[in-house]
Amino acid sequence: MTLPIAGQTAAGRAAEATVSDVVIRFAGDSGDGMQLTGTQFTNTSALIGNDLSTLPDFPAEIRAPAGTLPGVSAFQVRIADHDIHTPGDAPDVLVAMNPAALKANLRDLRDNGVIIVNTDEFTPRNLKRAGYESNPLEDDSLNAFRLYQVALTTMTRRALEESPLDVRSKDRCKNFLALGMIYWLFSRPLESTIDWLRVKFRRRPEIAEANVKVMKAGWNFCDITDAFQVRYDVEPAQLEPGIYRSIHGNSALAIGLVAASRRSGLPLFLGAYPITPASDVLHELATYKHFGVTTYQAEDEIAAVCAAIGASFGGSLGVSCSSGPGIALKAEGINLAVMVELPLIICDIQRGGPSTGLPTKTEQADLLQVMFGRNNESPVPVIAASSPANCFDTALEAVRMATAYMTPVILLSDGYIANGAEPWRIPQVEELPDLRIDFHQNAEGFMPYMRDERTLARPWAIPGTPGLEHRIGGLEKEDVTGNVNYEPENHDHMVRLRAEKVARIVNDIPDIEVDGPASGKLLVLGWGSTLGAITGAVNQARADGLTVSRAHLWHINPFPRNLVDVLDRFERVLVPEMNLGQLALLLRARYLKDIETYSKVEGKPFTRDEILHRIEDMAGGPN
Amino acid sequence: MPTTEAPALTRKDFQSDQEVRWCPGCGDYAILAAVQQVFPELGIPREKFVIVSGIGCSSRFPYYMNTYGFHSIHGRAPAVATGLKMTRPDLDVWVVTGDGDALSIGGNHLIHTLRRNVNIKILLFNNRVYGLTKGQYSPTSELGKRTKSTPHGSVDFPFNPLNIALGSGATFVARSVDVFIPHLKAVLKRAAAHKGSAFVEVMQNCNIYNDKAFAALTDKTGRQQNGLYLEHGKPLVFGDNKDRGLRFTGTDFEVVQLGNGTTADDCLIWDEKHDNPSLAFQMASLSTGDGLGDYPVPLGVLRAIDAPTYDAGVIDQIEQTRTTRPQTLDQLIHGTDTWTVDAGGNVHRGAN
Repeated sequence: MTLPIAGQTAAGRAAEATVSDVVIRFAGDSGDGMQLTGTQFTNTSALIGNDLSTLPDFPAEIRAPAGTLPGVSAFQVRIADHDIHTPGDAPDVLVAMNPAALKANLRDLRDNGVIIVNTDEFTPRNLKRAGYESNPLEDDSLNAFRLYQVALTTMTRRALEESPLDVRSKDRCKNFLALGMIYWLFSRPLESTIDWLRVKFRRRPEIAEANVKVMKAGWNFCDITDAFQVRYDVEPAQLEPGIYRSIHGNSALAIGLVAASRRSGLPLFLGAYPITPASDVLHELATYKHFGVTTYQAEDEIAAVCAAIGASFGGSLGVSCSSGPGIALKAEGINLAVMVELPLIICDIQRGGPSTGLPTKTEQADLLQVMFGRNNESPVPVIAASSPANCFDTALEAVRMATAYMTPVILLSDGYIANGAEPWRIPQVEELPDLRIDFHQNAEGFMPYMRDERTLARPWAIPGTPGLEHRIGGLEKEDVTGNVNYEPENHDHMVRLRAEKVARIVNDIPDIEVDGPASGKLLVLGWGSTLGAITGAVNQARADGLTVSRAHLWHINPFPRNLVDVLDRFERVLVPEMNLGQLALLLRARYLKDIETYSKVEGKPFTRDEILHRIEDMAGGPN
Repeated sequence: MPTTEAPALTRKDFQSDQEVRWCPGCGDYAILAAVQQVFPELGIPREKFVIVSGIGCSSRFPYYMNTYGFHSIHGRAPAVATGLKMTRPDLDVWVVTGDGDALSIGGNHLIHTLRRNVNIKILLFNNRVYGLTKGQYSPTSELGKRTKSTPHGSVDFPFNPLNIALGSGATFVARSVDVFIPHLKAVLKRAAAHKGSAFVEVMQNCNIYNDKAFAALTDKTGRQQNGLYLEHGKPLVFGDNKDRGLRFTGTDFEVVQLGNGTTADDCLIWDEKHDNPSLAFQMASLSTGDGLGDYPVPLGVLRAIDAPTYDAGVIDQIEQTRTTRPQTLDQLIHGTDTWTVDAGGNVHRGAN
């Protein structure tokens, strides 16, 4: 929405206006603390009760040369008084800490949007670095926006005149001046950030207090001067009653794995090698040792997955977490788990590719890799998380499949939901699925490859159990005995049996639900992190009078049983994907159904409007 | 360790029902027999043994042992074994590997496992050739080796496995030979007793693709003439009648003839517990290991030092954190910042 330029005015005060929805983007140098600033605004808004969604966007370089376009780091947050699904297509407010941040982000800003710039950084040198030929603050190029020029650095130094910190450290507080201003502009309290600062810097209170002081200075500057004519508020959203927290996808994934460990009674073992954007799962699980979690930073991606397989052999819940390039290296290990039929969770936090690609950007282009990127017939269940909070449930479901069917399972997430945050209604522990499993104990008639009639799972018999000594390995197994066997008939049987085992998972996964009419002209079908944009677009299309249905896949291998019927009930099926049509390829191959792909591979998620416009094209323009 | 008196195990208890499929005459048979004789003597229940292997002739080993076993993928056995040992410290985990498996495709895992000092035993069968793929040269093949893949002779220099292990900081490094059964068994027992990564190179004859590679060491005269049997605290003497010795000049080893006033007292006393691995490295470098050089082949334990194990360190941290940081799953899920929406739609900070 566009922020109004007028509002209710009380005597001597800025006008006040309530808005239902606002999108703010904080942008600066990668050393300016924009991710932190955005996160603080997000958490404060969460505690007010707004619905929210965030989109961090940071460079692959840790510190690209200061003031340059590649060094710009941004954090977008959308807060609303109603249920929202995306971090917003276009910012209403842009905080630009330097010329490069302005230049890199201006094209996304809504017309008449608010720009707050740090004028201290608009020096001839910095303008040149950002590629400006003339100073945009002095020419007409920003006329379409509401520009607020603030000497953030000067004001920060002035506020800290009596602080013991050196100038460099003082200057690093300037993001809190901007945060204080934005808190004022959107009527947010400062308390939760003050609390956070004092805990975070409890060993360096002078830093905590400097930031508190600067943030208050930003607030007071707005309150005392007439810097802004209008001040805004966003009321709490009407969320379902319950206890909430804000959560990132990678954090939900880590906590979900711990929950699965607790609910299954299996100790959690994570083998990992640092890789963007998956490393935070390793970092977070490394702090959960008190839940019996073992984390292992291996020498490489291969050792990471192999150690997890070793842990699973010993009766732990083996997990390995990576991104596409690492998954490529793990392929042989995953196939070993297919052959020895041990539970294993492989998390692929997808990023832009191929090769090293765009490490910090998002994409959904590993789907075919995880389906087929291993030698020979290698059936592996695949499940995809659709939102930051959904990563929690997805972890539990992946573990359920892996242990019930004695199989590796691939869990897909991506950079967008891994680093994005949203409010999460916290579940009751006792309502979480019961994942308890029993290791095989009975030596009587034991064979390592005998099978459960329903699931076709083989028994999980762990070392240390007397009488169950047996050998497993990557060579083809004889059915039942597990002995090495090269007979043609046995191999044919085993290849089909492994495929059948994974196919049978369809018997206990939920049907896919259709949102909207159960049949009709157009179904928008998605998977993974496109859920928010698709939902927002479909809801808007309906509000505009169009008839369109929506469905979202959670399980991708196997597909839900009713998917074929759902596809058949629609004349046209649109699949928006951040790849060149990978799910569409699977659907066409499996169901001989014409699928229309809407591709986007820019390293950025779909905007709501992009999908909305495609729906309008397909379902007729707005009435 | 068994807590109750279990019936004594015998070699037969460790023989699996699988037909052994190594080539007749392969050195692996002798090593298998030695392991099957040593395991029952270790006082460990059979179900606690796990043998993990990679790919290659040697890596078929687990199938022939009636213990838990895992025939994994090429080069990765140390990684599989590490994950297993970290989570199951009660198990006795042995890795069986070969020169290609451990030093070529799996070199990275070997050095990092040794660096970490994971409490597992690694037996490297070194036959200096790729057998299972039918005769290509390996990273331990001697310079100039003519094989199917090096018809004009290899032009790259070989690894000395002992030096790889020592350079990786291994806390136990030893060497034996497939056909020196009593010696091999003694070395295996030492390895079994070591706390930490124990690395044992076993010179092994491949009678199909690299026959008699170690003949100068293993034939009747070679055993005494060319073998230097290291013993901790004992002088370095060798030869038919212990008539030769090794003296350390301060920079090098030199062979001395004993007699005429030169005695064992003039030879270096071997110290396997020396903190600094330099001398062990120099000892390992004396010979190419086949008995063909001017110096004898060091056999036995080159290094055995005490150091904390990786797996124990990991488990200690877990146990300590459990007591210092008690937290329920419910508390973990809630985190530190929550807000509550009540039935009337009112929002307040906290969780009630």
